[in-house]
Amino acid sequence: MTYSDPVYLDHAATTPMLPEVLAAMTGQLGRVGNASSLHASGRAARRAAEQARERLAEALGARPSEVLFTGGGTESDNLAVKGLFWARRAADSRRRRIVVSPAEHHAVLDSVEWLAKHEGAEVTWLPVEPSGRVTPAALAEALGDGSDVAVASVMWANNEIGAVSDVAALAAVAHDVGVPFHTDAVQAVGQVLVDFGASGVDALTMTGHKLGGPMGAGVLLLRRDAECTPLLHGGGQERDVRSGTLDVAAIVGLAVAAAAAVDGRVERAAELARLRDRLVAGVVAQVPDAQLNGPALDDVVRSGPGRLPGNAHLSFPGAEGDALLMLLDAKGIECSTGSACSAGVARPSHVLLAVGADPERARSSLRFSLGHTSTDADVDALLAVIAPVVERARRAGTGRR
Amino acid sequence: MRVLAAMSGGVDSAVAAALAVDAGHDVTGVHLALSPDRQALRSGARGCCSVEDAHDARRVADELGIPFYVWDLAERFTEDVVDDFVAEYAAGRTPNPCLRCNERIKFSAVLDRARALGFDAVVTGHHARLADGELRRSVDAAKDQSYVLGVLTAEQLSAAAFPLGGMTKDRVREIAAERGFGVAAKPDSHDICFIPDGDTRGFLARRLGSRRGPVVDAATGATVGEHEGTYGFTVGQRRGLGVTAGDSRPRYVLGIEPVSRTVTIGTADLAGVCCVVTAAPTWTGTAPALPFRAEVQLRAHGTPVPCEVTGDDAGGLRILLDEDQRGVAAGQSAVLYAPDPLRGDLVLGQAAVRSATATRG
Repeated sequence: MTYSDPVYLDHAATTPMLPEVLAAMTGQLGRVGNASSLHASGRAARRAAEQARERLAEALGARPSEVLFTGGGTESDNLAVKGLFWARRAADSRRRRIVVSPAEHHAVLDSVEWLAKHEGAEVTWLPVEPSGRVTPAALAEALGDGSDVAVASVMWANNEIGAVSDVAALAAVAHDVGVPFHTDAVQAVGQVLVDFGASGVDALTMTGHKLGGPMGAGVLLLRRDAECTPLLHGGGQERDVRSGTLDVAAIVGLAVAAAAAVDGRVERAAELARLRDRLVAGVVAQVPDAQLNGPALDDVVRSGPGRLPGNAHLSFPGAEGDALLMLLDAKGIECSTGSACSAGVARPSHVLLAVGADPERARSSLRFSLGHTSTDADVDALLAVIAPVVERARRAGTGRR
Repeated sequence: MRVLAAMSGGVDSAVAAALAVDAGHDVTGVHLALSPDRQALRSGARGCCSVEDAHDARRVADELGIPFYVWDLAERFTEDVVDDFVAEYAAGRTPNPCLRCNERIKFSAVLDRARALGFDAVVTGHHARLADGELRRSVDAAKDQSYVLGVLTAEQLSAAAFPLGGMTKDRVREIAAERGFGVAAKPDSHDICFIPDGDTRGFLARRLGSRRGPVVDAATGATVGEHEGTYGFTVGQRRGLGVTAGDSRPRYVLGIEPVSRTVTIGTADLAGVCCVVTAAPTWTGTAPALPFRAEVQLRAHGTPVPCEVTGDDAGGLRILLDEDQRGVAAGQSAVLYAPDPLRGDLVLGQAAVRSATATRG
């Protein structure tokens, strides 16, 4: 390839590891010790893991006992949705309904669909605003008196179009009718203010590698009074809700990353929003019919950003997202079409379809996501090529009749 | 050149892509997802474009250090190849879906898209030689795929490259093994990719349902049996006719008449044809002046037969075979070659068979 340093505009997929995370992890990786062992090496590992737990709890407004370490966001979502469903149904067999937004990540959606197919769950799909947001009123209506509802789940911020919901208000609505509320905050942590205790949610998913931490390390924040049936059985290491030897190095890295993301959030969010606004304005100036998906750039929810500051999601009518991605990739610019199945076949984004976009618009979309290493030069590089790329992709058409 | 390598996940297209990289081209790999409901894993040696095949292709592309994407052409493939295949059988004809795929997908939909996106050519792992616009048989006669490429026009061939035509399949596998490709020993795909279990009759039965009709003996005109659908038969077929004739001589399918759903069968002496009438031909280069002498191949892996080619009033061809042939079915392509033992038989063009008769009239 002719370029050496790709322009990375896909931080929502994963973001580079922070140097302090790498240092903290390598410090741990050379040490022996199972955090469950009773000897000195075990105690040392345990101490590192528990310090990380405390640090993470502090960063996210939770108590250390509410932090369950998992293998990542997907596991946390599965554990929350299935575990809360099973526990609530076991306590009262009438509770079979799951109230959920159709714009969730597949880790939530597919868990819900699995429960519907195999466990007799009934699904109530929440209406989603054109911005991608779920309103408390919509949730209240879907819950009814809540007596037949096992669990409700609405993501804090959408991974594709960046819509931030008023999670505290949603949790309050669920609690009004006695229903536990889960939120996937994988994209929200470090970009908007996430305070677990203040939000009132019962369970919250987060993961390390979106914050500059390692992959394969995540957390489910679970309130002490929340009943959750385990997915993984074994040693019961994590409050008997999650089993498996703790990956101490990853946990330490995750805590360092989360603390850094939260500590520097206000300044970084302002910088990301500035770069993002430049990016969107620059693209629209060159491709006037490009359409922004999701909330307005200056949207506000609960006195914070209504859209993730690092998120730009645009449709380019008449061009295929696939083709745009390939042409940008060839120029060293890395972004995402938002949604690809395991085989890499692009499908129209379920998120865009959920907010009412037609399949053509959904297929013509690109997500640019900025993060802690993003600079003006990255935006400049995109703006230098976007017009001819869109023009060429339009010539290639949509590949459909 | 900027070239697009179509990578099925098999060994041929893997080596073709590697050779294109070696030749100094700027190569991008593309796997075509052709089936709307893709299987996670391959089942046996059949079929293609499962998720596992896409993975195999991606592995090779990653080793070559070239970009790799999956293009979803399932909709086009379903319409232009699968539905066409079913419609042809329903009309009593015998189509070749690989040829149709080359004509309408790989060297049409894919090539058009590739060109629009700034590529100069499409590289595939087909076993055929292509140089100076001349399409010729592979040096590996057993693996030669020039028949299913015979439908390509000069314009399509001008943006195609087949790096494997000059080598044997064994050599292809050697190259793959030398490079450490995991697909070096992957079995060849056989049969029709969208019928992974190989049961064409069952596939057609599911699509077309039961369409019963009579089986008639050509010699007596008597109905000697019943069938579940003409699509279960192809002209020249001998096995599985489901009838017992009065004598022990084998019977062959002589004709299929889709409107009355009549399948006509007869003995070997009635099964040979010598005159083939076709639809309008396509040529790989400038159209040859009629009449001319050539060799014609009437199905994939069929034996070429010397022939005389003339035109007919309807714009088609009339191909007079030097020797009678059995099993010339409407719908098949008659691919015409100019024999050339030295450089490989040159593909002149092809035309779809309309009818075949035993008389030279």
